[in-house]
Amino acid sequence: MKLSKIQILAITITRIVMGWHFMFEGFVKVLSPNWSAKAYLLDSKGFLSEFFFWIANNDGLLMISDIMVSWGLLVIGLLLIIGLFTKWAAYAAMILLAFFYLSHPPFPGLEYAMPGERNYYIINKNLIEFLAIGLIVLFPVYDYSFDKFMIKVKEEGSDEA
Amino acid sequence: MKRREILKGLVTLPLVGALAYGAYQRNKYFEQVDQEMLDDIQLDLDPLPEIKAFTGKPLKIGIIGCGLRMKYILKSLGYVSPETIDEYRKKAETDEAWERFLNSYLNQPELGVEITALCDVFDVNAELGIRICENKKKQGTAEFTRTNSVKRYSTYQELISSEDVDAVIIATPDHMHAPISIAAAQSRKHIYCEKPFSWSLAETYALRDQIKKNDVVFQLGHQNRQIEAYNVAAKLIKKNVLGKVSLIEVTTNRNSKNGAWVYPIHKEANPNNIDWKQFIGQAPWHDFDLKRFFRWRCWWDYSTGLSGDLFTHDYDAMNQIMDLDIPASAMASGGIYYHKDGRTVPDTLNMSFEFDKQELSLLYSATQSSSRKRGRMIMGHDASMKVDQDLKIYIDRDSTKYKDKIEKGLIDPSQPMFTYSPGAGELDAITSATERYFAGRGLMFTNRSGKQYDTTFLHLHEWLNCIRDRSIKPSCDIDRSFEEGITALMGTISYKEGRRIYWDAEKESLI
Repeated sequence: MKLSKIQILAITITRIVMGWHFMFEGFVKVLSPNWSAKAYLLDSKGFLSEFFFWIANNDGLLMISDIMVSWGLLVIGLLLIIGLFTKWAAYAAMILLAFFYLSHPPFPGLEYAMPGERNYYIINKNLIEFLAIGLIVLFPVYDYSFDKFMIKVKEEGSDEA
Repeated sequence: MKRREILKGLVTLPLVGALAYGAYQRNKYFEQVDQEMLDDIQLDLDPLPEIKAFTGKPLKIGIIGCGLRMKYILKSLGYVSPETIDEYRKKAETDEAWERFLNSYLNQPELGVEITALCDVFDVNAELGIRICENKKKQGTAEFTRTNSVKRYSTYQELISSEDVDAVIIATPDHMHAPISIAAAQSRKHIYCEKPFSWSLAETYALRDQIKKNDVVFQLGHQNRQIEAYNVAAKLIKKNVLGKVSLIEVTTNRNSKNGAWVYPIHKEANPNNIDWKQFIGQAPWHDFDLKRFFRWRCWWDYSTGLSGDLFTHDYDAMNQIMDLDIPASAMASGGIYYHKDGRTVPDTLNMSFEFDKQELSLLYSATQSSSRKRGRMIMGHDASMKVDQDLKIYIDRDSTKYKDKIEKGLIDPSQPMFTYSPGAGELDAITSATERYFAGRGLMFTNRSGKQYDTTFLHLHEWLNCIRDRSIKPSCDIDRSFEEGITALMGTISYKEGRRIYWDAEKESLI
């Protein structure tokens, strides 16, 4: 399937915007020394809440999850913006988003201590972002990305051979 | 590769730079705020002492009044019935939070007490009380055996004069607090008495005199003294975080039967198993009435109403945080607007107290027919503090002190600037909900070695500690209790007499 110029541009912008969101979230967390996912995890509700409490109440697991989330967001975001290992970054982003979604699923009857906008029913922003990143994986575009160099290097390498 | 292609690939790099710059700037902003606003506050927070088990000779304790509240106190002391242990065990089998609670309850530090005596005017309460007090080993029904170690006395006078008692815990109707405490002080027994301090003005002075004269350790049952957030609040206010405080608003909102003191009447209760004369005590005579016995809070004859039962909690908390002392004046109004069940105490009450020394008003507003929560708020020129189990500080949008920061957009007045939530420690079955709050941006203070304790347990622990070490004073000692007693009565007298009541601090009398 050949994409039109405007389609390529739309996918590229989506990738960069997602990356921006991830990287900024990651940056803020990495830069604040007291940040921890503990309170967020303890606020978990729904069918997997026990699992998230278990992480929150286990110092080792909590440390790992804090690092994975803060640095994970930052690195994933960076890779998405510059378009390096885009596919793998997108998969990792989807895994993180799935965790965010499952820890606070917007199911009817669940109330969270977390303040803010909340008129969601089953679908929330985490799920939408999850699906949008899925599109990036399904419609690979290499323009405006470091991945392009990788492909070129590979191609040139195989040309010489 | 063509030059154009390389440029195309690198085109996103400036975005990374822009983002990093934005994140760095944002971070610098908040670091600056944190440093400017929090540094001097943090320095002042000493860790609280750890709770240690008592060893040595146990203190012999007498229990006076064994109703709902005393059962809670006994539980905090480490005593529950074998049936309750069974119930905990059953819940712990399926619920992890209960399992954690049960483990921590079974391993609660030993307070070094031995309950030797008990009295209650209702046989059913007394018998269950004895069963509870004999279950020192926290056994279930399968293992429990009677020890006959707790003697039931038929009157409080006999219990108090017994040599088998070093100290008493009192949880009776309000009108008996002072007479029993005075008798105990005269027999040189240390006293832990439930709030309020007193029912009438005359006994308020008499009780203080007797406690001081006989040099016994008195602790009033305001367990809020142990809430860590309140001590943090006191320190923050001393640091002038709120600026000049002019108004404190405290409230009670309840809308349930129990909340309106319409307690259940025990099925087996009758004139043969209730010592009615002793229940009446110094109150005016009234014929036997089960409603009056079980719902005594509804009648002035035995009760101190909203002022004594519920306002005292708020007053004492504010006295703890702001050293209020006794107000210069009090004015109250209200009425029986919903619960028209024959009660004489109002179900809706508003009281305002003026504190001349601090130049501030304390407003109390209560209803027993709406559960709309209003909370407690201390309002200053620069910030307001919402005080609960956790506390939140909101910077005032017209503050002088924080003007620059508000203008620069460093502070959002609609969001709490500081949040303090107790217990980043373990969850337990009762307080887990409080822990699930977000700590917000800002700082989260640590709590007592990261472990959560029941506040009544800590309050009892402190009282017992003071009996053993007379160089330290309980946090709700006789002077704080006297202040509570006078203040609550000022409100009650103002309501009853329909006029403003003044306190003459020099003569220590009401005008």
